[in-house]
Amino acid sequence: MYRSLAEAIADAEREGRTLSQVALAREAADQGRTVEDIRSALGRALVVMRGAVKDGLTGDLYSASGLVGGDAAKLRTGPAGPLAGTLFRDILARALAVQEVNAAMGVIVAAPTAGGAGVLPAVLTGLAAARGIGDDRVIDALATAGLIGAVIADRASLSGAEGGCQAETGSAAAMAAGAATEMLGGTPAQAGHAIALTMQGTLGLVCDPLGGLVELPCVFRNATGAAIALAGIEMALAGITFAIPVDEVIDVMGEIGRTMDVRYRETAGGGLAATPTGRRLARERLVQIKRSDG
Amino acid sequence: MVSLLDIIGPIMVGPSSSHTAGACRLGLLARALVGGTPQTARIELHGSFARTGEGHGTDKAIAGGLMGFRPDDERLRTALEIAEHEHLDYRFEKTTISDDAHPNTVRMSLERDGRSSVMTGSSLGAGRVLVTEIDGYPVEVTGNYDTVVLVAEDVRGSVARIAGILAEHGLNIATLRLSRKQRGGDAFMVIEIDEPPTEAVRDEIRALPWVRWSFRLPKVSA
Repeated sequence: MYRSLAEAIADAEREGRTLSQVALAREAADQGRTVEDIRSALGRALVVMRGAVKDGLTGDLYSASGLVGGDAAKLRTGPAGPLAGTLFRDILARALAVQEVNAAMGVIVAAPTAGGAGVLPAVLTGLAAARGIGDDRVIDALATAGLIGAVIADRASLSGAEGGCQAETGSAAAMAAGAATEMLGGTPAQAGHAIALTMQGTLGLVCDPLGGLVELPCVFRNATGAAIALAGIEMALAGITFAIPVDEVIDVMGEIGRTMDVRYRETAGGGLAATPTGRRLARERLVQIKRSDG
Repeated sequence: MVSLLDIIGPIMVGPSSSHTAGACRLGLLARALVGGTPQTARIELHGSFARTGEGHGTDKAIAGGLMGFRPDDERLRTALEIAEHEHLDYRFEKTTISDDAHPNTVRMSLERDGRSSVMTGSSLGAGRVLVTEIDGYPVEVTGNYDTVVLVAEDVRGSVARIAGILAEHGLNIATLRLSRKQRGGDAFMVIEIDEPPTEAVRDEIRALPWVRWSFRLPKVSA
């Protein structure tokens, strides 16, 4: 796979192709598989993503600890806010839905990880539903998202334990932003700016889950991650560009992650996990899990 | 080399690719060492597996893997109850395996129909795993390939003979590693293959007089 988004964007622009086309061609060559075969694997992932969105929105799902659950449905049926009836609110609901399914041991697609699995399906399926975009184009968008994630994995990290939440939900948001920008008709260069504009908004974000569990704040970080992705998409499609090249933004995310204190890398030693209430809740809920299993 | 499908995947039961999907894969690999669902399993959890495993369903994922459930199998959620019907007598313990062990490490001591095996492995993140020890032998098995592991007397030409059997069956070797505890002592071979080996291959390897034992470990990655 590509190790530089600038290179992928240059290839696409020169050949008059999309980022998904260059990504699929490169993947097919790397793995010795056909493009059709790769697209059908992505199609299976899309089916699981849609299933998780649906289950999370309709189901009454709670994690074993009881720390998270039941909130996605509130965005569907709860009182109106300033975003009532908008695509934005629908996408927030979808992001919460997938993460609630994940926390309740339901089936999800780790994209790029389980902890950040809500952002990409929320943004892509939400936009596809609102705009009547067919599955073929959503599958292409997943290929673009995979390209972006692969470059981030290579240059920085996708793991909260290595690079904080900026590497997990931050990367998920960047993937969603680039993929959706292409899906909505943006150029490869615009997709690059959408990625950079999104990632600049999540730089430095710490990974601080209560008790070390993929629950709180992870579920909500997926919703806010989707929100930042939408901001990046909107700005890029409006023609706004980001002065720092996208590969350099990714590189600095990796550098920030490597120098981030270990307390902020999924160890529950800092951030929200280390607040008085965070510590108390983690203690109480872990006792509850043991009881429910016993 | 990063694959696009590693990023958009795996399809898995939540909540954690390391603590749930990876834990399940380690269970699947350990199961193969005793040839099926064990009757007894002592499962020692180390580090983060011990501290946050219950909240991440690590116990359910490992038990499910031991029963042959894959990371995307929804039965993982109720694997501990299913284990009782399947007569899998499991016991979880929290331990410190060693100071330098990976934070997500588990040691499983299994028994099935008089066969027993001990496997240590770690979940490295994003669902990737590494088996580091089998029955006291240091190994490196990733589960990214179908793998043959075997213990043999340290005889000359053993590698060539094994490679020959695999070639005769049309199997292509991806990697081969050889280790031994001391010169002239038992040699431990880990051979990763591009296609799953048949039972005939296993039987042929086992029939070699200098092979003490041999197992096939399945590909457990997506």
